[in-house]
Amino acid sequence: MKRDEPVLAGPAPRLLTLKNAGVRFGEVQALEGVDLTLRRGDRLALVGANGAGKTTLLRLLHGLVAGSGRTAHAVDGRPLVAAMLFQRPFLLHLSVRMNVLLALWLRRVPKAERAARCARALQRVGLGALAERPARTLSGGQQQRLALARAWALQPDILFLDEPTASLDPSARREVENLIEQLAADGVTLVFSTHNLGQAKRLASRVAYLEAGRMLTDLPCDLFFDTRQPPSAAAAFLAGELPWA
Amino acid sequence: MGGGFADSLRAAWALVTGFDARLAEIVGLSLGVSASACALAAGFGMAAGAWLAVARFPGHRAVVAALNTLLALPSVVVGLVVYLLLSRSGPLGAFGILFTTRAMVVAQTILVLPVVAALTRQLIADAWRGNGEQLRSMGAGVVASAALLLLHERLALVTVVLTAFGRAISEVGAVMIVGGNIDGVTRVMTTAIALETSKGDLPLALALGLLLLAVVGLINLLVAALQGNGGGAGARKALA
Repeated sequence: MKRDEPVLAGPAPRLLTLKNAGVRFGEVQALEGVDLTLRRGDRLALVGANGAGKTTLLRLLHGLVAGSGRTAHAVDGRPLVAAMLFQRPFLLHLSVRMNVLLALWLRRVPKAERAARCARALQRVGLGALAERPARTLSGGQQQRLALARAWALQPDILFLDEPTASLDPSARREVENLIEQLAADGVTLVFSTHNLGQAKRLASRVAYLEAGRMLTDLPCDLFFDTRQPPSAAAAFLAGELPWA
Repeated sequence: MGGGFADSLRAAWALVTGFDARLAEIVGLSLGVSASACALAAGFGMAAGAWLAVARFPGHRAVVAALNTLLALPSVVVGLVVYLLLSRSGPLGAFGILFTTRAMVVAQTILVLPVVAALTRQLIADAWRGNGEQLRSMGAGVVASAALLLLHERLALVTVVLTAFGRAISEVGAVMIVGGNIDGVTRVMTTAIALETSKGDLPLALALGLLLLAVVGLINLLVAALQGNGGGAGARKALA
């Protein structure tokens, strides 16, 4: 399988690089030979069939699985701050506010800053009025917004999102997408996996296609979705999948 | 036979409704000893169980298997071991607490500690399996993850403690051996039932039996109420 040419790197500072990276689970090679550079402001969508390695790649990038070839770069002389949003966020049986405060405590954010950062994050996702509600009583969309607030409060350099809207209705999906857009507008680098190609087109600046644990293309969004000349490696995947084509 | 039982039952009811001082003393001591043992076992057992659910180390499986085996620990064996430890010639004989309520608390704590630890481990392991990666992604290490999952599963953990309390208050072997069943000092419901039955004082034995059943029944009602309130989903899994 031939890999398409990678995107030329821009001038923004590098946050994470993968060089010939791989992940193995026992006998299974879940990810192999992945080269990737993430720079500040990138919005990378990972697409591919189930089992292609999208989630494993996100987990490797975030450092949740042991793998080879990963380098996290310092940002302005401090360690990289990363957060991850899962398809079904784990919320503790506590109030909305406490869930955000605990995330800040876990990342050793100074106590004096926690309350203000928590309040700001909840306001931004529209949950300020629900701060004292039990988190588990929120709707699916609200729970995902709370998870976004929890990530937002950490002021991450990079945010990984694993199919963040997969289990949401269209209205909730739009709300969460808008919030992700706002995060990106703040300069947060996004890497997200999705089966929704429309979402990839709306949110991403780059799209990478994975198949059988290998990254076959990594192209600017407009080139990836160019219906006149689709990327050769992903042509079969894209055939009939583009709702706007 | 039937008439004797009915008479005993009537006499027992009279003792219960008449707030018999001797009966109240025995019940109070039983509740105090078992509650103290459960409080101690909850403190150590929950911490150990949660840590064991989250941490991984060589021999982890063997430790879990050993802990689960201890669930079947016979109370008389616990009583015997604690007796040997606390007797004058034993390694802890200097404390001089054999045949006191403190010795009974020690014995019951050892008896229910595996119950609390094993059920907590199962409960937290289930929660960790589903959510551990998210906790790690938030920066939680082993201790923080264990603590947060204990907090998260707190309602289910109440049912674990109530289960342990039921085991403690209804056992007779350990408290009989280390407490000595001394009237007014170490006599609890179960040891009193055994003694009064052997003496032929069936009304008192039956009254104590009724009270013991009532206490255990109340515990079961509490467990059911907690499960009904959503706190028992995990506990049901752990207790199944």
